Amino acid sequence: MCLAVPALIKSVEGLEAEVDMGGITRRVSLWLTPEAKVGDYVLLHTGYAINVIDQHEAEETLRLLEEMMAAADAEEEE
Amino acid sequence: MRFVDEYRRSDLAQAVIGRIRRGSTRKARLMEFCGGHTVAILRHGIRQLLPPTVEMLSGPGCPVCVTDNSDLDKAIALARLPRVILTTFGDMLKVPGSRSSLQEVRAEGADVRTVYSTLDALQVARDNPGRPVVFLGVGFETTAPTVAASVLQASREGINNYHVLSFHKLCPPAIRAILDSGEVDLQGLVCPGHVSAVIGSQPWEFVASEYGIPCVVSGFEPLDILQCIDMLVSQIEKGESRVEIAYRRGVHAEGNQRALELMYEVFEVCPAQWRGLGTVPGSGLRLRKEFAAFDAELAFDFDPGPTLHPKGCICGDILRAVKRPSDCQLFGRVCTPASPVGPCMVSSEGSCAACYQYGDGAAGE
Repeated sequence: MCLAVPALIKSVEGLEAEVDMGGITRRVSLWLTPEAKVGDYVLLHTGYAINVIDQHEAEETLRLLEEMMAAADAEEEE
Repeated sequence: MRFVDEYRRSDLAQAVIGRIRRGSTRKARLMEFCGGHTVAILRHGIRQLLPPTVEMLSGPGCPVCVTDNSDLDKAIALARLPRVILTTFGDMLKVPGSRSSLQEVRAEGADVRTVYSTLDALQVARDNPGRPVVFLGVGFETTAPTVAASVLQASREGINNYHVLSFHKLCPPAIRAILDSGEVDLQGLVCPGHVSAVIGSQPWEFVASEYGIPCVVSGFEPLDILQCIDMLVSQIEKGESRVEIAYRRGVHAEGNQRALELMYEVFEVCPAQWRGLGTVPGSGLRLRKEFAAFDAELAFDFDPGPTLHPKGCICGDILRAVKRPSDCQLFGRVCTPASPVGPCMVSSEGSCAACYQYGDGAAGE
């Protein structure tokens, strides 16, 4: 029920946006995220963007995990 | 898809699993509150990858599952009223109430329509100005702001045939009820990602500070969940209890303030009836007086009849994590997704439906 999927904003018109979800285009509401702009990824839940995805944090999480993996590999080699 | 595929990388997953296995020495019974997490954990076989110290328990975070029969009966009675169009999310249709389901009353001629969004429900109201259109509002803090937005939109446009039957629920009070019951031995809480996208991580602080239980907000991809488990195990090993976020791309500590403002502009907090938990104070949302005209409970005269519960169904115990689906004598025999007895077998994120589809991850599977 609380499913939300990433969607890329292609165009914005007032509090409505057209988004791309893996090739599917949909019109969605920006009532809950009026700050969202073209090029942002949003978390889409039942036709509403509930948050703008923080791309910097997304990369940071992956970087942390990669560091973790590198540290584990180094430990194994020792 | 971006922000999905990267979080399914098996090399990184193996590294995190290795860390969890090396790091976990103490008992770690972790509850994933959210049904979406239960499905992801079972679908990706995460339980089987964890060391014996770490045990995952499914919590009550499936809005369809926790909707009590007394509330389902109200929706069914409303749908039966002449001229009413009842709109709701697809999962609600097959859930059995005391005597019937929305699907059954639809087969008998009631106008029950599945919608993807409240935006669609509003459109049904615009298209049918002479008929009352009721949206059956089920869902947590993720969904309630979208329903609030639809009420505000209806109010602005003067759509006076749109009504909401609100069974919306708030998650933190349910966790408090579970912890206060003392029935479940818990060392960590996997906090719901998209509920927290709206409410932030702050509302979980009481779990860490008052109950001494570590909390980590998780996303829904396998790497998100593994990272969350690793963070919980790490806190448990150090004897700490804090609230952390393992889903930083989607959740900020302060949540989505605009969504919360809209939600509380339209709704106010009230007690709510939870399947399995009973009445939980401060855990429901009802329409404020200013929006009484949109409140389906006030707009219609209907009789839901006396509430009945199916014999042998232990959905209530399963939702409190006191029992597992495999403990139920009906599971997989009398109760299946094609012919469900209890709601946990109906909802796509119910524990029973997920265990039926993916197995429960117990040894030997």
